[in-house]
Amino acid sequence: MAWVWFHRFGSPPHFYRLATRLTPWFAWPAALLCVAGLVGGLVLAPPDYQQGDGFRIIYVHAPAAWLSLMVYVVMAASAAVGLIWRMTVAYAVSASCAIIGASFTALALATGMLWGRPMWGTYWEWDPRLTSELLLLFLYLGYLGLRNSIDDVGRADRASAVLAIVGVVNVPIIHYSVVWWNSLHQAPSVMKFGRPTMPAAMLVPLLLMLAGFTAYFVALLLIRSRGELLRRERNARWIGDALGATAPGKV
Amino acid sequence: MMKFFAMGGYARYLWPCYLLTALVVGLNIRWALRSLRSAQAEARRRIERVKAAS
Repeated sequence: MAWVWFHRFGSPPHFYRLATRLTPWFAWPAALLCVAGLVGGLVLAPPDYQQGDGFRIIYVHAPAAWLSLMVYVVMAASAAVGLIWRMTVAYAVSASCAIIGASFTALALATGMLWGRPMWGTYWEWDPRLTSELLLLFLYLGYLGLRNSIDDVGRADRASAVLAIVGVVNVPIIHYSVVWWNSLHQAPSVMKFGRPTMPAAMLVPLLLMLAGFTAYFVALLLIRSRGELLRRERNARWIGDALGATAPGKV
Repeated sequence: MMKFFAMGGYARYLWPCYLLTALVVGLNIRWALRSLRSAQAEARRRIERVKAAS
């Protein structure tokens, strides 16, 4: 009985309808949270005593880096659910994560390099945090490449799921790299045990941006997963009913 | 206003970060909507073909 909700969630027509309904509930709060976070971060937060206004890069760098890790965990977890329970919805969610995660990992690296130049005097250093984040980008690209190289969707799902699950070991390495090894990168100031080491005027906009980016990712994932489901379930009867609910051109 | 855009001398590093972020956020929305619309159009064409054949 306790698993009824799980199997219901794994039903493609149910997930498609739920995703259609939930998307605006994540998209609009995402926009509002990001606008509030940007005003707080760029206008209201005081300059840092060491980095001056340069620290404001954190309001886009940290959310991008957070998404790069969180999206990978979602991708690997849904791939594992797909492998274990052979759920189409789980594979569709996993496949939908890859391009989002890859783009935000590239963004985290690019914004980190632009932040590193004035603060460390270099765009790039083979530092544990930077190197493990670069490895994460290669894992995403490997996942995408593997999927594209296999024509059969079922085989592509299973092979890419194994890669995603093996690669998840890199996520704690990235997070703790600044603790375990000497690193140019600063230690965690928000995602750590104990109190954050930032004053509230700087921290609140950052939390708003992190929440906004998370909601944005969920909205994107719901949209992408619906497209993936339509392609995978192309012969299913429920598609006619699901599409009948939306006019052509509307999503 | 000029002081705001100068960002204490960090403008050449800070604003490209925000521009890149806007680009990635915008492109992801565009790609996701385009992917869903093409899947919906393909599914509609398929349904029409099946209807016409039966």
